[in-house]
Amino acid sequence: MKRRILIAVGILLVLAVAAALLAWPRAEFIPARSPQAWAPSAGNIARGAYLARAGDCAACHTVRGGAAYAGGRAVDTPFGRVMAPNITPDRETGIGAWSADDFWNALHNGISPGGRLLYPAFPYPNYTKVTREDADALFAYLRSLPPQRNARQPHALRAPYGSQAALAAWRLLYFKPGVFTPEPARGADWNRGAYLVDGLGHCSACHSPRNGLGASGEGLHGGLIPVLGWYAPSLASNDPQLAQLLRSGVSPRGAVFGPMAEVVGQSLQHLSDGDIGAMSAYLRSLPVDGAERAPAAPPPEALMRLGGRLYGQHCADCHGKDGRGAAGEDGGPAWPALAGNRTLQLANPVNAIRIVLNGGFAPSTAGNPRPYGMPPYSPVLNDAEVAAVVSYARASWGNAAPMVTPAEVNGYRAVPLD
Amino acid sequence: MRGFIRPFLLACALAGPTAVQAQAQQQAQQQRVPGTLAQRLAACAACHGSATTPPAAVGSGSERQYYPRIAGKPAGYLYNQLSNFREGRRQYPLMTWMVQHLSDDYLREIADYFSAQHLPAPVLDRAGMPAAELERGRQLVTRGDTALKVPACVACHGERLTGALPAIPGLVGLPRDYINAQFGAWRNGSRHALVPDCMGSIASRLSLADVSAISAWLASEPLPADPSPAPSLSRPLPLACGSAPEPKP
Repeated sequence: MKRRILIAVGILLVLAVAAALLAWPRAEFIPARSPQAWAPSAGNIARGAYLARAGDCAACHTVRGGAAYAGGRAVDTPFGRVMAPNITPDRETGIGAWSADDFWNALHNGISPGGRLLYPAFPYPNYTKVTREDADALFAYLRSLPPQRNARQPHALRAPYGSQAALAAWRLLYFKPGVFTPEPARGADWNRGAYLVDGLGHCSACHSPRNGLGASGEGLHGGLIPVLGWYAPSLASNDPQLAQLLRSGVSPRGAVFGPMAEVVGQSLQHLSDGDIGAMSAYLRSLPVDGAERAPAAPPPEALMRLGGRLYGQHCADCHGKDGRGAAGEDGGPAWPALAGNRTLQLANPVNAIRIVLNGGFAPSTAGNPRPYGMPPYSPVLNDAEVAAVVSYARASWGNAAPMVTPAEVNGYRAVPLD
Repeated sequence: MRGFIRPFLLACALAGPTAVQAQAQQQAQQQRVPGTLAQRLAACAACHGSATTPPAAVGSGSERQYYPRIAGKPAGYLYNQLSNFREGRRQYPLMTWMVQHLSDDYLREIADYFSAQHLPAPVLDRAGMPAAELERGRQLVTRGDTALKVPACVACHGERLTGALPAIPGLVGLPRDYINAQFGAWRNGSRHALVPDCMGSIASRLSLADVSAISAWLASEPLPADPSPAPSLSRPLPLACGSAPEPKP
């Protein structure tokens, strides 16, 4: 009997070790085509600059008002604070001593030149899909920047998340290096879009739900962005004007707000029409489901009355008594329609609450250089009033989303804006 | 064939008009607006006020006002502040939030727009204020304090305290709490301007009692009949200011 148990335990151990070995995220090396691929030529640098825009590298690697790519911005995660490093070519504090292979190893394998495993706040589970050619062009561009001396600041991660052993275990579970593999049957446009969305664009970093250990799931079904307190909706789209939204920040359906305003402002508006079209084509090929909606019975009458009164007082001038919004003189979007508005009716009401509390502007873009603004109501309305007006708009003009409580509103008053 | 058509028709009936159709209808019925800056910037008026709405009060009564009156301030000053918020040199998270994705060109337009607005200003009643504090405030504002190396406010902000073109702000018509908060922010190092940061230096030389005296006097001084900024100042300024540099010779 004892022997049998021992044998069974032994077999299980062997299987576990074998599974771990099979699943181990092997660093994958793909050599540069030639040293010309990362030479400081005008062509390589321009291509790398464009790719850096597509990856929105500056968003994390530049601090507000600071030198571009000199690092220092804090990325808050549920596991603690990760400090984005300096990626200018300063030899001591940046990546000036890195080789093109070192850069590839960081981008593709998530491993720094010293062999340290990198935190996936640096979205290498997405960047691993980037080709060696593109990685080399990015490297050429970053090497062309003026070196900035800005010493790395230490991360502040809670135990055990800061340890290399924890990272190794995380990678075993959730990371496998591998360049994007095209699906020839889908055509060049779709494949270019998928490459940008899933790779450099790292859209899934926000638009995919994260599990308890911070790993993004497969797909782009939408997810709550931890710490920032915004819901990144599903990217599966049936919007014929999706390309316009991605490029200009506004479309007849609405405007980008919150973290997405930064993505359009810093990244997407600088991409070519061809690439934006490819990304839209890919996103529009994803199956749309109704999972983000939860149609509900209308809120109590008293709440609707209060909400309706506040709506008339604060919102109707711009969004219209009937919630239809308004267009500019040229027919372009001015104030978004709330009737049928997708964001407003998401089962998770956080975005509607945040937009009412914080207001804001869509980003200035070539297609929308002088955006219309939404006033912040946090100084004007109390929690019950915000809950009432959001509940009213979620349940009027054919909208049928669940009501919002004052407690839900209160939770978002204290989220840091900056 | 029938097996296909029936579920298809049923699906159509259940789905009703498609989202795209609904969208098209909605757009057709949308009101059109002329797209003036007043409409684009209606969001700013919620706190800072407009010709038709007074600035938002934090509580009730003029003594509870906080948000600064931006109407009529020099466009150069307003642009500098908008970009200071965007670049993190000034810290008021809600303002940074509002302007962080706006272009330089748009910020200049916004500054021009508000510089041309005119709004009534809140004025505190001097009746309830200690006379000695008001006198100290008047002294600092109009004459400065040589022992503290603090120049008079009027030396840079204009004899009428309505600011000076192109980039020095007016000081009358501001809520007292706002003035106090700015001195606090300079002293704590959370408000910066382009270097050399003259107001940062001045704030560090003033005691809290002096700050209180200055804010009491300024917030209770009515706007002059002509609230427009002075067209120019006698140069050089008593202190070098990065936001209002000396003209190049």
